[in-house]
Amino acid sequence: MNTPSQASPAPERGGRPQPLLVVRDLKKHFPVRDSGFGGPRKFVHAVDGVNFSVPKGKTLGIVGESGCGKSTTARLVARLMPADAGSLIFDGEGVAEFRGLHLKEFRRKLQMVFQDSFASLNPRLTIAETVAYGPRVHGTPAAKAMQQARELLDRVGLDAANFANRYPHELSGGQRQRVNIARALAYDPQLVILDEAVAALDKSVQAQVLNLLQELKAERGLTYLFISHDLHVVHYLSDYVMVMYLGQVIETGPVERIYGHTAHPYTRALLSAVPSMDPARRTEASPLAGDPPNPINPPSGCRFRDRCPRAHAVCADRAPELAAIHGAPEHFAACHLNDTASGHPDAGQEFSA
Amino acid sequence: MSATLPLPSPVAVSAAQPSRSYWAVVWRQLRRDPMALAAGGVLLLIIAAAVFAPWLAPADPYKASMIKRLLPIGSSGFLLGTDELGRDLLTRLMYGGRLSLLMGVVPVLAAFGIGTAIGLFAGYVGGKVNMVIMRVLDVFYAFPSVLLAVAISGALGPGLSNSLIALTLVFVPQVVRVAESVTIQVRQLDYIEAARMSGASAFSIIRVHVLGNVLGPVFVYATGLLSVSMILASGLSFLGLGVKPPEPEWGLMLNTLRSAIYSNPWVAALPGLLIFVTSIAFNLLADSVRSAMDIRR
Amino acid sequence: MTTPLLTVRDLSVQFHGNRVASALNQVSFELGQDEVLGLLGESGSGKSVTLRTLLRLHPARSTRIQGEIRVGGQDVLALKGRALDLYRGGTVSMVFQEPGLAFDPVYTIGRQITEAIRAHESIDARSAAARALQMLEMVQIPQARRRFDAYPHELSGGMRQRAMIALALACKPKLLLADEPTTALDATVQIQILLLLRELQRETGMSVIFVTHDIGAAVEVADRIAVMYAGRIVEQQPVDRIVHTPRHPYTEGLLAATVGPEHRGQPLRAIPGSPPDLAALPPGCSFAPRCAYVSEQCRRDRPPLLAADDQALACWHPVRGLVEAA
Repeated sequence: MNTPSQASPAPERGGRPQPLLVVRDLKKHFPVRDSGFGGPRKFVHAVDGVNFSVPKGKTLGIVGESGCGKSTTARLVARLMPADAGSLIFDGEGVAEFRGLHLKEFRRKLQMVFQDSFASLNPRLTIAETVAYGPRVHGTPAAKAMQQARELLDRVGLDAANFANRYPHELSGGQRQRVNIARALAYDPQLVILDEAVAALDKSVQAQVLNLLQELKAERGLTYLFISHDLHVVHYLSDYVMVMYLGQVIETGPVERIYGHTAHPYTRALLSAVPSMDPARRTEASPLAGDPPNPINPPSGCRFRDRCPRAHAVCADRAPELAAIHGAPEHFAACHLNDTASGHPDAGQEFSA
Repeated sequence: MSATLPLPSPVAVSAAQPSRSYWAVVWRQLRRDPMALAAGGVLLLIIAAAVFAPWLAPADPYKASMIKRLLPIGSSGFLLGTDELGRDLLTRLMYGGRLSLLMGVVPVLAAFGIGTAIGLFAGYVGGKVNMVIMRVLDVFYAFPSVLLAVAISGALGPGLSNSLIALTLVFVPQVVRVAESVTIQVRQLDYIEAARMSGASAFSIIRVHVLGNVLGPVFVYATGLLSVSMILASGLSFLGLGVKPPEPEWGLMLNTLRSAIYSNPWVAALPGLLIFVTSIAFNLLADSVRSAMDIRR
Repeated sequence: MTTPLLTVRDLSVQFHGNRVASALNQVSFELGQDEVLGLLGESGSGKSVTLRTLLRLHPARSTRIQGEIRVGGQDVLALKGRALDLYRGGTVSMVFQEPGLAFDPVYTIGRQITEAIRAHESIDARSAAARALQMLEMVQIPQARRRFDAYPHELSGGMRQRAMIALALACKPKLLLADEPTTALDATVQIQILLLLRELQRETGMSVIFVTHDIGAAVEVADRIAVMYAGRIVEQQPVDRIVHTPRHPYTEGLLAATVGPEHRGQPLRAIPGSPPDLAALPPGCSFAPRCAYVSEQCRRDRPPLLAADDQALACWHPVRGLVEAA
């Protein structure tokens, strides 16, 4: 499978697609202000040993509450901040390693769209200049880069004749996010990281942008890393889903497994916390009490145990490993309930989702 | 496809209004502001009088006359009277504007250039380098401007170029502070991250994405310094640390006319009045520029 | 229906800045005792402006308000001085989106609630503090006694929002205005706050206006939903009917564009375009440029808001007629 065919989208050949991105044991600790003189330095374990892979041409959705490390993971993968540990393998090559993929080259193949559509556009540049900036940095002549930028703007639904010379403050939020998508596409990337890219948009506009993202993915064979707190949107867009809690992956698998047969109490709580949209079936009890705990001092053992309705003594003693669910090869969860040998009294009982 | 593509003409902007660049918008705002127009007009008048003094002035600024000393305002042939050596005051005020404005504008321009460069560098690089630069500048910043200007000027010795250097040194730390803090704010914005994602070099990012967004606020701050610079420059000359007699300069004239304060107070007050009017006009203009540049999102 | 607690008649609000923006255009609605109204709309629809106008929070100099607001027979737009102070927080109070900004960071939570009570009632400090503590317990803050002496930054987002609700309810208002109170919160915390609001409303019998852009959140708490677009109410129906039988094309589009599990694998039915500029509203129906059912009449004449029983609609070509919906 090492045939160099990067320009055209990889055709589906059946079976499991080759991973485009493999992330191994990613870690990032942020120092926190010392409590006092001589006291031990404290760290926030923002991302604590995260492993995952994204198959070519697929979308991996990362969900979790604030502070779970999903955005930090995105920034680490994009190399916008240095990781403390871990490695990235992109399309079979190690990133920024000896004889591996050069960082500058890697960045071209990976692009990012941010949540705040206004802050991610330079207010002093016209939107065509913004889209053309990247290719010009990489040596495309100005006239050609501008021509490409206009074509891309047309493609994302912004009529270039009308919009190319406008400034960001003259656009609506949805239009600005289209510009950000066009800029990301200007490098002809393989992987696009969407960090809460539709979260700030109005619902009616959000649907437009989601449709655009789906069309572009099919058209250009893109692979998405889609970070969101909105479970509906993740369900809609993703092929695989990864659930994070306090810097760790607690469950990952194909989207229909996560939404249909979840194997982790936290994922189930997240899913049942979504409003029902049906006044006849209103939520009667909150699935979880309290806020997500402070990531500076995570609980021992399983980090979810102090909010978990099914926690047991063993959950405080030992941290559960991310392990394959029986009968579902791509579905992994980190919970003692799935392991009959764990010592949890309820272990092995069928998770009724 | 049909779900996204039929995008009607942009509703956020009316189609008739052409897109304008940032500075075009600022300029249009300024033209609509009566205060900016008034202050700008006064400044233009003063600058024109100074620049065209050799052609406009009624007399020779150095020609003294012992008989015609300290004539009052409105004397025949001397519209604004004469000074303590009998020189035509109107002429000397016009010529004096050349040096006074020069000493007001040049140090600010120099400090604007030097300060922005240092501030951008410190703010963009950040970390320990930033800390060292900023702490060193804080030492200068801790002194009152007047004291610092007098001290540096005194150390360098009197003279036009030395006082220009002294004033520049006074303003550089202040400009650096503003430039550094704005740079740090801009640096955290997502479009800088997006530019980093493109693999652009730090130099390119600073030039294209940081500089343009830092210059505005620093420029506004610097316009506010113009009046301070004028007053400080006059002060240096007044103390004998700036321009030397018989050169016409407003601060120096204020000093030499001191003796006339009892006999002919209106004449003696004129250079001071000009310093006052010019610096107020600079300040008002700076305020207008500031509000014009504050365009809503 | 008995006499409503709140009556809003032809309320229009204009902001005069560089340009004149019509944020609200002849909005009329009523709210009964013990009723929860959901105001649903996107950014710029005027939902938050409505709440702020009800509390008279807009600066008088740059705002022009026309129309009538009556709360319990009181003419709100005529209130002045002490009467206005007592009205704010006493009769009507508000919960904001960002609880962090509503508290003063230098005073403890308990002290701020105590002071709010004492500002409205002549009551000694001791009993005011006791009632403040009671309020914190009522909003189910665990270890309320300890949290009473906590500073706002020491509480998590969800706790702060609970404390905010305690502050808003401290003077037993008849009407609570909630401005996107759960938008900034995580999903598992959001549902807790929604359940709390529902429970408190049932216990106290107060009326609530719940402003949100999230249909799901509105459905969880509201009895009736009014949909706003470009500063106007375009449709109003009881909650069960609005989600199943929307009548305005915008409501229909909004429901269709809200992603749900059933949409997977197919394009979403998005509403094209973006909301109009409030400084240059079209002469006819504001939704006409984005509407699939648009006709010449829509572009020319603005449809009036016609009310019947418990519903109201402003549309020339409703998706469903009145008979079908009823």
